[in-house]
Amino acid sequence: MTTVVSAQNLGLTFKTNDGDVVALSDVNLSISKGEFVSFIGPSGCGKTTFLRTIADLERPTSGTLTINGQTPENARKDRAYGYVFQAPALYPWRTIEQNVALPLEIMGYSQAQQAERIRRTMELVNLSGFEKKYPWQLSGGMQQRASIARALAFDADLLLMDEPFGALDEIVRDHLNSELLKLWARTQKTICFVTHSIPEAVYLSTKIVVMSPRPGRVTDVIESTLPRERPLDIRETPEFLAIAARVRDGLRAGHSYEETV
Amino acid sequence: MDCGLGILMRRRCDGAVCNAMTRTFPILIVLLAIVAVWYAAAIGMNAQWQNDVYRRGDITNVPATQFVFDTWNQDKPVLPTAHQVFGELWNSTVLVAPNKPRSLLFHAWVTFSATALGFAMGSVLGILLAVLIVHNEAMNRSLMPWIVASQTIPILALAPLIVVIGFNVFTGTLGVPTDPARLISKAIISAYLSFFPVAVGMVKGLRSPEAIQLDLMHTYNASPSQTFWKLRWPASVPFLFASLKVGVAASLVGAIVGELPTGAVAGLGARLLAGSYYSQTVQIWAALVAASILAAVLVLAVALVERLVNKGMGARPA
Repeated sequence: MTTVVSAQNLGLTFKTNDGDVVALSDVNLSISKGEFVSFIGPSGCGKTTFLRTIADLERPTSGTLTINGQTPENARKDRAYGYVFQAPALYPWRTIEQNVALPLEIMGYSQAQQAERIRRTMELVNLSGFEKKYPWQLSGGMQQRASIARALAFDADLLLMDEPFGALDEIVRDHLNSELLKLWARTQKTICFVTHSIPEAVYLSTKIVVMSPRPGRVTDVIESTLPRERPLDIRETPEFLAIAARVRDGLRAGHSYEETV
Repeated sequence: MDCGLGILMRRRCDGAVCNAMTRTFPILIVLLAIVAVWYAAAIGMNAQWQNDVYRRGDITNVPATQFVFDTWNQDKPVLPTAHQVFGELWNSTVLVAPNKPRSLLFHAWVTFSATALGFAMGSVLGILLAVLIVHNEAMNRSLMPWIVASQTIPILALAPLIVVIGFNVFTGTLGVPTDPARLISKAIISAYLSFFPVAVGMVKGLRSPEAIQLDLMHTYNASPSQTFWKLRWPASVPFLFASLKVGVAASLVGAIVGELPTGAVAGLGARLLAGSYYSQTVQIWAALVAASILAAVLVLAVALVERLVNKGMGARPA
């Protein structure tokens, strides 16, 4: 298996007026091609920071990090990944298809290529028929699907998702989770997925990275034993519950439940 | 009256005509009140002159109705009445050929051309300054204080300088004919007033994209010019139009102020000044009303363009 993301002794310290904040400390992790990796932990554990570091939106202060064997900066310039933010961040003055076309325009795809890719990704996220709508005409869940389409449009092999469904209600979230699994199966992408939700992490992932705060670090890495084919009711099976329990234990071991400052 | 209005407003009302009436009714009431106050004030303010006239003409025992009628129809009243002002407006627009100096349309055109030129110059300058300020921290620190300081100088003090120096430089060294030189000098004052709201509004507008929208551009490895044209510029459009509305009104003020000094003979400002030289209060008021109509037309024109642009940019209908 090819390694897509590899972190060794990775550390990141933010300098603030109140002194240094250690966002990431001694993170060692390797993500192989085709994996679905969830990062779970409480606020301040560095899961989003780690994702942003992969995306070259933050610079690590120690250790090494490679994406496809390159530095994060070169990987970004190679357009190695698509990033899905917590909010859809669609441009309100663009229609849905124009939003999906945004990265394609920037990367210099021809009109014909743009049209083809828009058609394909819109179909992939089940938004066909909504191409000419403006973002405000779509529900929150549909907007987030559009932003996933935008991240998929230029065919990066790595998809970085930062709590993409965090702002959605549970019913929509369940639906989008199973949609995401289908999408992952069809596209064979490597996905890094940040979440607050234990069931979401267990349901989606082949690998679950449990993190804890102060300093932000990895406390457990769980390889999921669930099959790749996952109906929603897999969440009631003993196997699922066992993994969820181990995640919970990992969070507890990291003192994540303590309300200390 | 309040009660009566309430009943009228609450009455069941269907159809477009009725709808328009319920909407215009409150405006009409206010207008009526203004006119009433106006005419009442005219009686009081013009009374002394009227009494002098009667005394000099040895006219006594004037009936009250005659007195009121006379105060409303003086030649050079302290406060002209509405029918005098709008009569003058009518006489100096409809009844005069628009190319004659007697025509307010002629003067309005002169003022409008300086306003439009100055507005265009000021808007472009304001946008360019904002672009520099947003993209360059040194510019931000060095330019912004000067921009703010520029507006603390009273324009009335500065306008004559600009007009005199501008006019002499343009006609003398640059050899520009007098009419365009006068136009450009006035336009500079307009630009001086209108660049400020545009610059300040656009700095805010170009900085309005959220962090994740900028992060998104970063993940695409977008160039600064791509980030500008695909994100900052469209995001700033609402701010631009808000600024342009303020800017166009300021431009008109600038053009009028530019016509006040140095014996300009054409333009609404010149008309105001000539009126005050010869105590032609009716003429002053007519010019004032013409200026406010021009201002309203200009602001509405900007608002119309804004609506068209918003529609093109898929804004949610209000």
